[in-house]
Amino acid sequence: MVNENLVKDVVKEPYKYGFVTDIETEKISKGLNEDIIRLISSKKEEPEYLLNFRLNAFKKWQQMKEPNWAELGYDEINYQDIIYYSAPKQKEKISSLDEVDPKLLETFDKLGIPLTEQKKLTNVAVDAVFDSVSIATTFREELAEHGVIFCSISEAVKNHSDLIEKYLGSVVPATDNYFAALNSAVFSDGSFVYIPKGVTCPMDLSSYFRINSGDSGQFERTLIIAEESSSVSYLEGCTAPMFDTNTLHAAVVELIALDDASIKYSTVQNWYAGNEEGIGGIFNFVTKRGKCLGNRSKISWSQVETGSAITWKYPSCLLLGEESIGEFYSVALTNNLQQADTGTKMIHIGPKTKSTIVSKGISAGKSKNSYRGLVKMGTKAIGAKNYSQCDSMLIGDQASANTFPYITSQQQNSEIEHEASTCRISEDQLFYLQSRGIEFEEAVSMMVSGFCRDVFNQLPMEFAAEADKLLALKLEGSVG
Amino acid sequence: MQTKMKESEPILEVNNLFASTDDLPILKGVSINVYPGEIHAIMGRNGCGKSTLSKIIAGHPSYNITKGEINFLGKNVNSLEPEERAQSGIFLGFQYPIEIPGVSNLEFLRVSTNARRKFLKQEELDTFDFEDLVKEKLELVKMDSAFLSRSVNQGFSGGEKKRNEILQMALLDPAIAILDETDSGLDIDALRIVASGIKKISNNKMGIILITHYQRLLNEIKPDYVHVMSDGQIIKTGGSDLALELEKNGYEWTDNFVKEN
Repeated sequence: MVNENLVKDVVKEPYKYGFVTDIETEKISKGLNEDIIRLISSKKEEPEYLLNFRLNAFKKWQQMKEPNWAELGYDEINYQDIIYYSAPKQKEKISSLDEVDPKLLETFDKLGIPLTEQKKLTNVAVDAVFDSVSIATTFREELAEHGVIFCSISEAVKNHSDLIEKYLGSVVPATDNYFAALNSAVFSDGSFVYIPKGVTCPMDLSSYFRINSGDSGQFERTLIIAEESSSVSYLEGCTAPMFDTNTLHAAVVELIALDDASIKYSTVQNWYAGNEEGIGGIFNFVTKRGKCLGNRSKISWSQVETGSAITWKYPSCLLLGEESIGEFYSVALTNNLQQADTGTKMIHIGPKTKSTIVSKGISAGKSKNSYRGLVKMGTKAIGAKNYSQCDSMLIGDQASANTFPYITSQQQNSEIEHEASTCRISEDQLFYLQSRGIEFEEAVSMMVSGFCRDVFNQLPMEFAAEADKLLALKLEGSVG
Repeated sequence: MQTKMKESEPILEVNNLFASTDDLPILKGVSINVYPGEIHAIMGRNGCGKSTLSKIIAGHPSYNITKGEINFLGKNVNSLEPEERAQSGIFLGFQYPIEIPGVSNLEFLRVSTNARRKFLKQEELDTFDFEDLVKEKLELVKMDSAFLSRSVNQGFSGGEKKRNEILQMALLDPAIAILDETDSGLDIDALRIVASGIKKISNNKMGIILITHYQRLLNEIKPDYVHVMSDGQIIKTGGSDLALELEKNGYEWTDNFVKEN
């Protein structure tokens, strides 16, 4: 079919973030053992409890097995062949952005994340993470005036140790799963956010993760705490250079919302996906979980997953507080030989808790795209409600889509609703739009956008436009 | 065949067109010329190739032209993409309009209209100006503006889908409109609405080809020519009386018809 081939052409998209920054880095030797963990901890001048946290996680990790239940096929990862700490060489203590290596600033400039005072984004505070370290955080003073803490997790360990000790690992325990345990043992940097009681964060907060080095993994850790009646919107973006080897990314994100607090966490994931033959690309094994600890608290995840060779990711909500709300809005686009197994877990523990799941999977090329989600109603979840909608769209005739919903209920007085659908962009639909003068590429992109609309509507403004553009790019090649 | 001399150039010239899909011949030498202001009807049994002819003129990718040519406004369009044909003024009204979930009808109509306007070197319309235009055109087919906020054709009744097609014809202001069984599935009231819409949109510069099985649409819109198709060929051409004859005698005689010349 003529159009089938055309579809194949337009889903080929150049990855424009594939450059490598040539910068002197400090790397430790390959491999993973107790000494390496002690070395990372000492480089970060960590307190005893944190070193113990790491060592404990490592011990458990050694006894754990890599999970194989996901619909993912990949060569075994050699954990001894990875560098667990890599940082650009910089001055010991940086007091202002002016002292950051211009090459790093230039890198983030190129990625569309300008950091310098003159150029920085006006409405978003950014924490920029390069390989294993955070290199800059903007708007810190302005945020501090509102009592908001936004800094790298390494800094938080030094300056807000009480909060770290109290909350780190409280949502995702060190031994939660194989990749979380690995992260807990070797995590290097990431972002820390604290919103005090009653404060609505005056601007969106954002972390931008950049993997630069080909042989080191990135193991970042993010912790967000929203005190009573506070609210924050947090955005996360990520890119990596094109290497023909696979790079491991195993992150942990923990969110805590107290009474009446709300956290909105949005991700646009655009790690390098590998080439058309499936060579290279990031292995993305991420544990993201939010705890709605307080009554009427709310945690909302929205994600646009377009990158990575492998995605294994289930942003989840533990709904403990009465009337707390969990949301998950996801668009996952896979192309070529990409594989994604992604979804969520909504664990209803408290009464009258509510959750909404809207998942849109788009598979093109020979890719594999699975939704996997758990909805659980606990014994005390009286009057709890869940609504799930999982839609898949297939482009071409070689892609695959799966939906794996897991539903368990221990409370009769609760409601669970699940809808699922699969569709294909048909030649007839394309011809219909084309016969109205709409260019082929725009027609594909229109249909994909239409398919994702429910999710895009949930993204913060700046992100929605970016997400639309990103999908268009992924699917349109030259247009846009 | 049309023989009388015309003062103007034809809008559409189909010359001895042969076409196939998956190596199966469907059109076996079709010729038809449409001049400005003319209304042609193509009639015939299911499977005679009349819908295929309309799709091929619009550029459907499933069919290959093996011989012959389609000239539109004096230019061979055999190898043009469907969108290029549409932009330059070929309109196909679908027998079964396609549903496009999630894409708002309004946005679809606007992008489509602007693609045509861009070709005509007219100013593209923003959302506000377009809404004014579309509301005016909605009147022609007696559609409610609530249709605009719904997804393209999704959940539309058969009649609503057909009216939406005619709305598109009104917005795109084509040089030639090929309406493939626009009358099928319509009750008598809806048929009148659709027919009156077509009549209001048509003008002395536009050519129209009505593809239909039945006389009833032709009672509303009187054709200048009626062509009868069978087995991928036009076997007979006449005036509007020919349609009445078909209504009376049926299509059976066309089955084993040996082409007159």
